[in-house]
Amino acid sequence: MNTKNIYNSKNFADKFNSALYFLSAFLIIVLFAAICVTLTVFSLQSIKTFGLSFLTASLWDPVAGKFGALTYIYGTVLTSTLALLLSIPFAFSVIVFLGEYYTEGILSNILKSAVELLAGIPSVIYGFWALYALVPIIRKFEMAFEIPPYGVGILTAAIVLAIMIIPYSASIGREAIQLVPSELKESAYALGATQYEVLRYVTVPYARSGIFAGILLSLGRAVGETMAVTMVIGNVNKISLNIFAPGNTMASVIANQFSEACDKLYISSLVEIGLVLFVITGVINVIGKYILKKISI
Amino acid sequence: MTIINGVSYRVFKDHLFKITTIIASFLLLVPLILILFYIIKNGISTINWEFIINMPKPVGESGGGIANAIVGTFMLIGIASFCAIPLGILVGIFLYDHKSSILSWWTRFSVEVLQGVPSIVIGILAYTWIVIPNGSFSALSGGIALGIMMLPIIVKSTEETLNLIPNHLKEASLALGVPYYKTLLKVIVPCAMSGIVTGILIGIARIVGETAPLLFTAFGNQFINYNILKPVNSLPLMIFNYAASPYEDWHKIAWGASFFLVAVVFILNVITKLVVRRWKVQF
Repeated sequence: MNTKNIYNSKNFADKFNSALYFLSAFLIIVLFAAICVTLTVFSLQSIKTFGLSFLTASLWDPVAGKFGALTYIYGTVLTSTLALLLSIPFAFSVIVFLGEYYTEGILSNILKSAVELLAGIPSVIYGFWALYALVPIIRKFEMAFEIPPYGVGILTAAIVLAIMIIPYSASIGREAIQLVPSELKESAYALGATQYEVLRYVTVPYARSGIFAGILLSLGRAVGETMAVTMVIGNVNKISLNIFAPGNTMASVIANQFSEACDKLYISSLVEIGLVLFVITGVINVIGKYILKKISI
Repeated sequence: MTIINGVSYRVFKDHLFKITTIIASFLLLVPLILILFYIIKNGISTINWEFIINMPKPVGESGGGIANAIVGTFMLIGIASFCAIPLGILVGIFLYDHKSSILSWWTRFSVEVLQGVPSIVIGILAYTWIVIPNGSFSALSGGIALGIMMLPIIVKSTEETLNLIPNHLKEASLALGVPYYKTLLKVIVPCAMSGIVTGILIGIARIVGETAPLLFTAFGNQFINYNILKPVNSLPLMIFNYAASPYEDWHKIAWGASFFLVAVVFILNVITKLVVRRWKVQF
């Protein structure tokens, strides 16, 4: 019996397998690199033509071949900030409710399933629902206050976005709050603190980086969300300080115009918006994940 | 002064905070109930067997179904799974095996960035990679776009479950003289099967409702098409197109399709929960 042969065959299989794993890991890195290269190459023409003024000019005129993305950047910043502000109180309540008051039992199961369901509903259905249920309500509200009754607009988009991102910040925050050592909480109770005081001075400060990371990751979602926003924002290329007015975001302008863009500069400008979006969400995501890794969730 | 710092005031503040929290938490149920109510109210009257097996009809004719969208959705999920599942599992095993090397750092970084890429940007990528060379919108490009979205979920769940498997299992197998690759494939991975399956199901539930990457890849099609190089329709795409149309009949179809889609996502979630409960990784 030739033992050397057997050894070699095993060795070969082992090597083959680990090579396979290496190759697949390498493929992911290639995919990531390919994404960066593709977005840069395809937006090169627009970068060369407009330079930095692409980000500061607000004129978007496909016929004249002038492109500036400020309107869309403004729309994205405004909708996601509003959505974040709207979502924080509710997300925080859910975090405290599930992480502190009712960690188990029927009430917590109901809320947990509700949050999971909200996270599972496809964004196009959020948009569809908002278009036929939320928009008429907002319109009535606007009529009551004698604002031009568009119904669709930045505020409507922000409300839908807020509903969509609550599950993300809530579930990460809940995990963070459950990592707070019970010794800390118990010593605060032993000193005579009420449950509110324990939350205020012990639990939340201890878990704040995790809660912050959850909110940051939900912001990343809000910035990149496309369908629901496209359906209810009104798609008007105008910067308006009024949050009831219709607007446009970076994601929604790509969704609306990419398939009808014909000349190269137009497509290239849209891809550059995609590149900006990619960089912003990438940075937000990496920072959020880094914080989570540091507190090891 | 004594009242402000007194015990009764502190207890009152405690109660007030608790009640506010509970009310704010359950306010979250309002949009959920409203969404489900709208979908069920408008969708249930449309949905029946005919609706599922029939093709859409032109505007003006009543009836019509969503068969083309269902077939298209299955094709897209099939292509996405074919691309993402094997690669995702292999990368997950790699990350389990190589906890800290330069390659694994970059791999982890790439997976994390991929997880956050907005879906519309993935649509642009699939467009430039496949639609432009192919010269036409296609199921293949849509499937690959969805596959890229699914990939990080599978990698993460595979790696996390593998990390739960205790080391002595691996050591016992190696001590018996089993080669390393067989230990991985026949001892470690089967133990983690439930986590991997869960990851796949979560990934499918996530991509089944995605619309944005399909807008300029799969594009939509009024007919059933089995050719992966030609455009296909999908349920979310159909909902988007029909919801934006001015026709009442089409809105009805969109509600029916929404009902169907939410039901599919819900069933996938329930199956995932059952898998987790039945085959939970525990030692």
